[in-house]
Amino acid sequence: MSATQTRPVGLLAQYETPADLLHAALEVRDAGYSKWDVYSPFPIHGMDAAMGLKNSKVGYFTFAGGITGFFSGMLMIWFMNKFDYPIVVGGKPLFTPLFAFPVSYELTILLGAFGTLFGMAFLNRLPKLYNPLFNVERFRRVTDDKFFVYIEAIDPKYSAESTRSLLEKTGATAIEVVED
Amino acid sequence: MANAAAMSAGAAPSSKKGGAHSHPAPPKIVAAAPPRELERYPLVLNNRPLNWITERIAGVCEKPMPIWWWPAFIVSFGGMMLMAGLVTYLIATGVGVWGLNQPAAWAWDITNFVFWIGIGHAGTLISAVLCLLRQKWRTAINRAAEAMTLFAVACAGIFPVVHTGRVWMALWWLPPIPNNMAIWPQFRSPLLWDVFAVSTYGTVSLLFWYTGLVPDLATLRDRATCKIKRLLYGFFSLGWTGSNRNWSNYEKAYLILAGLSTPLVLSVHSIVSFDFAVSQVPGWHTTIFPPYFVAGAIFSGFGMVLTLMLPMRALFHLEDIITVKHVELMCKVILATGSMVGYAYGMEFFIAWYGGSPYELYAFKNRAFGPYWWAYWSMITCNVISPHLFWSKKIRTNMVLVWIIAGFVNVGMWFERFVIIVTSIHRDYLPSSWGYFTPTWVDVFTFVGSFGLFMTLFLLFIRYLPAIAISEVKAVTPQADPHHPLGGAKEHHH
Repeated sequence: MSATQTRPVGLLAQYETPADLLHAALEVRDAGYSKWDVYSPFPIHGMDAAMGLKNSKVGYFTFAGGITGFFSGMLMIWFMNKFDYPIVVGGKPLFTPLFAFPVSYELTILLGAFGTLFGMAFLNRLPKLYNPLFNVERFRRVTDDKFFVYIEAIDPKYSAESTRSLLEKTGATAIEVVED
Repeated sequence: MANAAAMSAGAAPSSKKGGAHSHPAPPKIVAAAPPRELERYPLVLNNRPLNWITERIAGVCEKPMPIWWWPAFIVSFGGMMLMAGLVTYLIATGVGVWGLNQPAAWAWDITNFVFWIGIGHAGTLISAVLCLLRQKWRTAINRAAEAMTLFAVACAGIFPVVHTGRVWMALWWLPPIPNNMAIWPQFRSPLLWDVFAVSTYGTVSLLFWYTGLVPDLATLRDRATCKIKRLLYGFFSLGWTGSNRNWSNYEKAYLILAGLSTPLVLSVHSIVSFDFAVSQVPGWHTTIFPPYFVAGAIFSGFGMVLTLMLPMRALFHLEDIITVKHVELMCKVILATGSMVGYAYGMEFFIAWYGGSPYELYAFKNRAFGPYWWAYWSMITCNVISPHLFWSKKIRTNMVLVWIIAGFVNVGMWFERFVIIVTSIHRDYLPSSWGYFTPTWVDVFTFVGSFGLFMTLFLLFIRYLPAIAISEVKAVTPQADPHHPLGGAKEHHH
């Protein structure tokens, strides 16, 4: 890092309370920024609305996983017990969705859970083990008790002066240039 | 609700006032009375600041373990090795080293399996069902309870696999792989459903637990003082930053996982009960089994949560986070599920008589007054009588008594499974097929050893991972609420 040249990639502002962060988010949103985010040690009630975020899309991944699980369970049991090697056991039918249900049900949940977790990781672009924010010493307290707003330099509305003055106006207790 | 309102009349307003004045931040003006919900009993006592919560919980696994940890670990590890040795002995010799024989071909092995699986259920109940019901108190106990679930499922899984005797053959019975005759497993058997249920349960519990851990691993990463810790916690926290765009997806994923785990946990013990209920054996062939097993599982699981959590709370000084109120609520869950279990015992007997099947009635008479009467009455004493002590608030708030009663619940629920399994099969239809199961020393010490495995994993867990969900506990404090004065709300806002 130190060997190569670093360049500023955005501005990071620190806040002391969730309320300050919430109001800063409202101001940044209303100023029309798009490449920005807020950081907090825990999810803050009302922050999604304050940032103007839409409902999370994780559910679609869950649904896809669950549907896959259910039908692959049914198909697997039909294939194994009726199609590939039918054996009559206890005079029961070779296949009905009834006895195939418990296993298909478990597979619905299993693949639904995997879909949820991987969908969440995909939407969040995780794992992402390097992040320029990790270069900022004070940012280490984001997982403890401090709150941050970060506006990226690639945002079309970004300018070193006006963005800084906006963040100052929102009551930031510290503002720092993030370098990468 | 009424209870919460009654509580708030006592504790909450005084602590709220005290908090507003003693809080180090500049004086805030209260815009309006906080929402009613916040006037409930505080979930973290003494208005601890956010940083205190981080320090206290992360401190447990960052500082060297207290001196008692080592003897506890060595004893547990010895137990685990004992189990490993006995399982090896069994595999090398045959299942005959256990007391299994005809007619009782299932005994301690399956008893232990159902016992451990049941214990796991409290973890999922706390993490999933209480999440959906918006029971915020769950945050103080869900992490350790979920860890307990995973370790209990690990203990449970060993017994049915080992009881097959030739475990190397189990590869063809358990996963859907054709055997050497190209025959597939047959899915009409509840035993195969059970394989899918338990393995799904273990996997989903692990995913849920890990999802919950990610933000806290990031906390440990950011606090790490040595490079190895920073790298390891950093790797497993996936680069978590606490970004709200991430939190938004994360919260949704967490809610969905709770929504998936709730029907899962109900299905797992229902399917475990199908192992018995779908058979024709008098004493097993009853429709009450699925709900009765689920209630019993939650009952025993909360017993184990209290057994583990009360010493942890005292030894690591977590009294402000796992408050007496938390313990009381858990006692109430035990009381409720214990009452359901007691009802099921009664209803089983009633149906055995009312159903008019002489074999069914005999199985139940034999259960209570036959050669295993001692097991039956131990079960009744522990499971039907002891939870009702929790009607008394004096008992619920006495940590020593709660711990002792929770121990009785654990013992009672082990006996319940033993009673259901062994008393139903030790006397077959013909008196020539009657027998009396006695455990061998291998039976006994394999079970004892499984506690070693369980405790080894649990001790390592509290050594290396945050035993309480740091971010979730913070999120339920007033300091985390942007509309509460302690969260920084000022008059001109809202």
